[in-house]
Amino acid sequence: MRKALLTLGACAVAGVAAGLWLTRAEGLPAAAQAAIADAPADTDRGARVFHAAGCASCHMAPEAEPSDLPVLAGGHALQTEFGTFYAPNVSMHPEAGIGGWTLAQFADAVQAGVSPSGAHYYPAFPYGSYRLATPGDVADLWAFWQSLPASDTPSRPHDLAFPYSIRRTVGVWKRMALPDGWYTPTPDDPEAARGQYLAEALAHCGECHSPRDALGAIDTARWFQGAPNPSGRGNIPPINASELGWSEAEIANYLTDGFSPQFEPAGGSMTSVVRNTARLPEEDRRAIAAYLAQVE
Amino acid sequence: MKLIPLALASALVVGGTVALAQSDVPAAVKARQGQMQIQALSIGILAGMARGNIEYDAELAAGAAHNLKSSTEMNLAIMWPEGTSSDEVMSSRALPVIWEDWAGFEAEWASFTVAVDAMEAAAPQGLEALQGAIGGVGRGCGSCHENWQLSNN
Repeated sequence: MRKALLTLGACAVAGVAAGLWLTRAEGLPAAAQAAIADAPADTDRGARVFHAAGCASCHMAPEAEPSDLPVLAGGHALQTEFGTFYAPNVSMHPEAGIGGWTLAQFADAVQAGVSPSGAHYYPAFPYGSYRLATPGDVADLWAFWQSLPASDTPSRPHDLAFPYSIRRTVGVWKRMALPDGWYTPTPDDPEAARGQYLAEALAHCGECHSPRDALGAIDTARWFQGAPNPSGRGNIPPINASELGWSEAEIANYLTDGFSPQFEPAGGSMTSVVRNTARLPEEDRRAIAAYLAQVE
Repeated sequence: MKLIPLALASALVVGGTVALAQSDVPAAVKARQGQMQIQALSIGILAGMARGNIEYDAELAAGAAHNLKSSTEMNLAIMWPEGTSSDEVMSSRALPVIWEDWAGFEAEWASFTVAVDAMEAAAPQGLEALQGAIGGVGRGCGSCHENWQLSNN
């Protein structure tokens, strides 16, 4: 009896340990952190990364006016089947925002989805895409970030249903949903490859424009083939070449002035995406167009 | 004996309502879709010139800006009657928030009108002036479609 109880106890301890192991939060590997720390950071290049990555779309207060130096006070609500996520204050305020962070902490957050205290971030924050960003772009982004204003607006807690309200569940999701490398094969054409980097790693187009499986992992076999709107109303349209049917010039124009070939304006969340892409150099929009045009 | 015709009548009424919801689009929704088509046609000419896809022509630009301006001068209450939201009419993409925040919706149109007025003034004055005004029009379109329209485009 005593032996059986001991065995049972050992199994329970092992089970809890395995659970903790599977749900643990790991930052970036040391080599990745070293590459980021060694990269020469540049504020102007960081602004380009910032706009390409669409940070302001979620982290700017919903009623704020777009600006070259946006106030990232947060508050934008993202309604999903798991509950409502509220984008936090990531301005340079030392307490309310992330003004007290180091470059390494910023990189862990953006690329590994891990907070300075070692907790998981929910994947509403698209680190599943940002993990593919180059070390140089992450260093540049932080350099630009530090030039942004501070706001003391408190972050609003997420409003999630059980069991998603337990952050450790994200550890399992990360292991099951995130591939080791790119979601899609890299094109041979250098312009399309640059476009893949911009669209897949920074602009995170696939996060909304690709369907997901039951676990919430992106279905890479149906990459860019459209998906239900997470808010439950309407659809996110397909943007693969066969279904979109736009020329490269038409895609690049849309990302500049927001008008489709039929001169229908970008709507919904895409409006703020276009606000960001409009700030990119023309060559970046053309690269994104070159990439989209070859996604079947 | 009376029950049967009553049930039949109810079935007809219910059937008729379903048919109305699915196939008959209210006149106001059709009118709005036409209004948006006029705007797309006009902006297609103006943005086409701004993009460099159509050669600049002062008269054509002025005409397109005039039609765009005319399309914004409709009485809102007649164009957007209650009961025509995306929840109530299948082909409508007008979000219910329009009627929940009517004053905000009116303000949205008013700010779009400011951009359209600027375009009407700029359009005949050369390509550079037109290019300077097209951004405001685009932002006006985008702002309304961001907040008041069911997104599935």
